[in-house]
Amino acid sequence: MSTVSLPQDESRQLAPPSGRHPADPHGRPGVEDALPLESLRIVPARHPGRWAATAVVAVLLAMVVSSLVTNERWEWDVVATYLTWPSVLEGAWATIRLTLVASVVGFALGTVLALMRLSRSPLLQSVSWTYTWVFRSVPLLLQLLLWYNLAYLYPHLSLGIPFGPELVWFDTLSVIDKFWAAILGLGLSQAAYSAEIVRAGILSVDQGQQEAAASLGIPRRRQVSRIILPQAMRSIIPTAVNEVIGLLKGTSIVYVLAYGELFYIVSVIYGRNGRVVPLLIVASIWYLVLTTLITVVQYYVERHYAKGAVRTLPPTPLQKARWTVLVWASRLSGRPVPPSVPPAYAARARVGVLTRTARTAGGAA
Amino acid sequence: MSAPVTDTTTPAAGAAGLVEIHGVHKSFGTLEVLRGVSLTVRPGSVTVVLGPSGSGKSTLLRAINHLEKVDQGFISIDGELVGYRRKGSTLRELKEREILGQRTQIGFVFQSFNLFPHLTALENVVEAPVSAQRRRREDVEPEARELLARVGLADKADARPRQLSGGQQQRVAIARALALRPKVLLFDEPTSALDPELVGEVLEVIKDVASTGTTLVVVTHEIGFAREVADTVVFMDEGVVVEQGTPAEVLDHPRHERTRAFLQKVL
Repeated sequence: MSTVSLPQDESRQLAPPSGRHPADPHGRPGVEDALPLESLRIVPARHPGRWAATAVVAVLLAMVVSSLVTNERWEWDVVATYLTWPSVLEGAWATIRLTLVASVVGFALGTVLALMRLSRSPLLQSVSWTYTWVFRSVPLLLQLLLWYNLAYLYPHLSLGIPFGPELVWFDTLSVIDKFWAAILGLGLSQAAYSAEIVRAGILSVDQGQQEAAASLGIPRRRQVSRIILPQAMRSIIPTAVNEVIGLLKGTSIVYVLAYGELFYIVSVIYGRNGRVVPLLIVASIWYLVLTTLITVVQYYVERHYAKGAVRTLPPTPLQKARWTVLVWASRLSGRPVPPSVPPAYAARARVGVLTRTARTAGGAA
Repeated sequence: MSAPVTDTTTPAAGAAGLVEIHGVHKSFGTLEVLRGVSLTVRPGSVTVVLGPSGSGKSTLLRAINHLEKVDQGFISIDGELVGYRRKGSTLRELKEREILGQRTQIGFVFQSFNLFPHLTALENVVEAPVSAQRRRREDVEPEARELLARVGLADKADARPRQLSGGQQQRVAIARALALRPKVLLFDEPTSALDPELVGEVLEVIKDVASTGTTLVVVTHEIGFAREVADTVVFMDEGVVVEQGTPAEVLDHPRHERTRAFLQKVL
């Protein structure tokens, strides 16, 4: 009856030692009691509570989907039109640019501030502390407006010797345009938060690591860049990505400078055509897409820095998918699992074969 | 061990690794951990430091490597002061970079291994010769592989520390310290964090290093190792050297009551 033959050695491997059989439910000692364990039918556990909860959530989901489809006020056709509208794409690109540059500025400066805070010089420590205090305290919106009005305080900027002659002159208004005012606002306040994140990461690395590096005579800068920071990254990355995502959405605040990022662009469009909700949906979809991209990048960056912290790296989603397909293929075809599949996955296929054989055998008996 | 391997780690003839410690004091807060320690370690000798925990053994070892700055007294390696430079009648404190330079002559093996977990065994060994001694990676790598082979881990070059047992990790740590070709090698309880069955493999490697003529100072509780390998056994208690001598003298015929009491407890 069974088309799948279970190899003898495998069945011995999987079955518990025979000799002790569960008591017969009907109190009839005899034929069933003598059956070997591996021929018994396996009844999976039932979960009525889980089924009920699943049904409730399924109904709720159906309601949401149906309202999304049937409520015409969502105006999905308008959403579809504006999703790839050239000026919306430009706005999305501006948002990406702002996020990238502000992240780089924020984390570069934040790392410097963290190292200053951990240095042995009291002046460097207190400057770093004060910076963090000021930039975490003043609202971002206010900072943006202040930077944009820098020309009022300093009409001209110049490079030169401190307290000495000036060598190069700039007109503040020509240097600090909307983009750079936004970068200054976003980046400098981001630095204050990043500094604390990087500092926490550095503190999380075992003191022995720095000692070992020092005992080997490794230069100070190399100790930080090669030994301490790579290990700190493991605890820095999750929080840092949180910050980058916060920054991505935070760029929408730059609309106060009338800079053409995503949110400013859609607000201009709905100001003109009055389709407020569909255009807000357009912006939401774009923020969702960009956040998803960041999350995917985070996964792989975290995996990179997990080297050495775990014995075996967790599989990527692609690997998982491939192995699952191979395991199912072998369960259905009865052929052995290819050796490229790790044992933990391959075992699932064997368990499947066992229960199937057991059921058919039990049914026959 | 094979001849070419020995060449990479044996110090050049003449440069020997004489460690002199004069009246060293060290306090942590109000606790005085070292209270006037003087000790001379002969070049190429193996010195085992014994003593109850809190006796200052580890602090003394860390002071030799200037991981701890002493409050009073001096330590020198081959007549060169650790952490200072003599200029006429003044002693100038060395800058961090110069101290790091001095440390490349003194290897240190930690109780908790302190391997760099994100680097492979080979990268752990290669790192310091390249970044501290500015040697070329291509020259260092074959040497590093030989060192790993010497500690019995030729096949683990690409493994990361978490994939190795404690004994294997400590052997990599010894290879890492040897890669700098130090004159003096300091071991701070190298087997205390290991399962009993792994202690032997690490002690074998230390014995092998001892036979190459590098000066070794080993803080340990392994009395058997001291008896077999040490030229000198030093017993410390409460921040001072209580007595020192050959293993036979100190371990079998201790002159001080405190030494006797300690040995009775650990044997």
